[in-house]
Amino acid sequence: MGGIRTSGDLVAWMQITRRMKIHEAKAYVAKKLKIDLLDLTNEEVMRPIREELGIGVVTSVAGSPKGIRAKIKIAELLDISIRSVDLFKSQL
Amino acid sequence: MDKKILTRMGDGERLWLSESDVKTDIEDGTADAAKRANIPVLNENEKKQLFDIIADPARIVSVNPGEEVIVTDDGCSMSFYSGQDGGGVGIPMSRMQAVLTYERASGGDTTSIGHSDYSFKPVKPIINFEKNDYYNISMVSTAPLFYGAQPNMGLYFQPDGPCPNPSELLPAGKIAEALQAQEDAADHLTRDLVYVGKKMAEVGCEGLNLDTSGSAGDADFLAALRAVKTLKQSIPDLPIVMGASGEFIIGMHGDVTYQNQRLAGLYPHEQAMVVSDAGADVFGLAIGTNTTASVAWNLSRTVTFLKEAAATSPIPVHANVGMGVCGIPMMEQTPIDSVTRVSKALVQIGKADGL
Repeated sequence: MGGIRTSGDLVAWMQITRRMKIHEAKAYVAKKLKIDLLDLTNEEVMRPIREELGIGVVTSVAGSPKGIRAKIKIAELLDISIRSVDLFKSQL
Repeated sequence: MDKKILTRMGDGERLWLSESDVKTDIEDGTADAAKRANIPVLNENEKKQLFDIIADPARIVSVNPGEEVIVTDDGCSMSFYSGQDGGGVGIPMSRMQAVLTYERASGGDTTSIGHSDYSFKPVKPIINFEKNDYYNISMVSTAPLFYGAQPNMGLYFQPDGPCPNPSELLPAGKIAEALQAQEDAADHLTRDLVYVGKKMAEVGCEGLNLDTSGSAGDADFLAALRAVKTLKQSIPDLPIVMGASGEFIIGMHGDVTYQNQRLAGLYPHEQAMVVSDAGADVFGLAIGTNTTASVAWNLSRTVTFLKEAAATSPIPVHANVGMGVCGIPMMEQTPIDSVTRVSKALVQIGKADGL
């Protein structure tokens, strides 16, 4: 689906943390992002959304969230537990 | 006159087949899978759809917008720095660089790392090295980062491991000893899988991949199932992918069971059920490619197996599409024409939740 170019990582998080099949996972993510299903793989739509939400973009914008900073926001956005995020937060 | 279609054999050989030959291969492929697994054949619409995908004159093909699925991998980023025997291109880069390149330059939906041997057993003595690398990479990666390896029970038999080798015992007629050796090896393997899983979980592991489970037979598959169950009981939020190694579980032992289910001979739709029961979050389906048959025949079989598994599995089903798996030709440099046709068919007809 394009990973962090679009929404592939977000859909993957839902499959592996909630055992969602592909259509359910995509619908869940689209609803959270308030976009149409078709736009989940639309770079034109997903790029500004990812930048605005601070969930990581594919090109390197100096100072913008990536890695664990982005995953903290992804966990909040999708209302899921990400184990690396939980560990990181426990150490703050 | 019958129109010719440019396609390939399972070993990658490029050839022109007549339309009627391709259609016959599709018929034979789905019939073979259906007969073996006692599942339905593809219907007429699905067979036509598969024919259209294979006969598409374009060099590469794809699904329609909105039909895309995610891709999980078995150490894909390792291919950036490993050598030929791992499908690697030998670029001198670190594991972290490889993961980030895969995530950001290749757009991977998930990423992963694993031991170069890609087996769990050799991870044990270097578990702290792996934990450090995993932790460091997980702090800078954004997509889900798996730690993956194969259960690979074969490593527990002599001369590589502590158990007598069934391959030597069976020809000598020592049946009971061969069965016992596999059961003992499975116990060792279960302990190691749980050990590595728990250790990786300590550093915030985002997902564990038990890849190619059952490669040494039904006892190997059993060990993976037991490990998944134990890990899920103690670490319920640890996502686990459990992939199979073939269209049916090979009965090297023959009598091992999981929750009263005999494992030998289980086909993908049945494999998915026991994997789900054990607690895994994603099932990886693997169908070996017959190198002497066409891509059409291989793909028709695979889609038939997958369609039933995806329809009945309670958990997402990802179809393995590596070299020589699920209709991909068995060759080092997999041809993009076949890879894209296989991928499209697995998603559109087989209804895979991912690849």
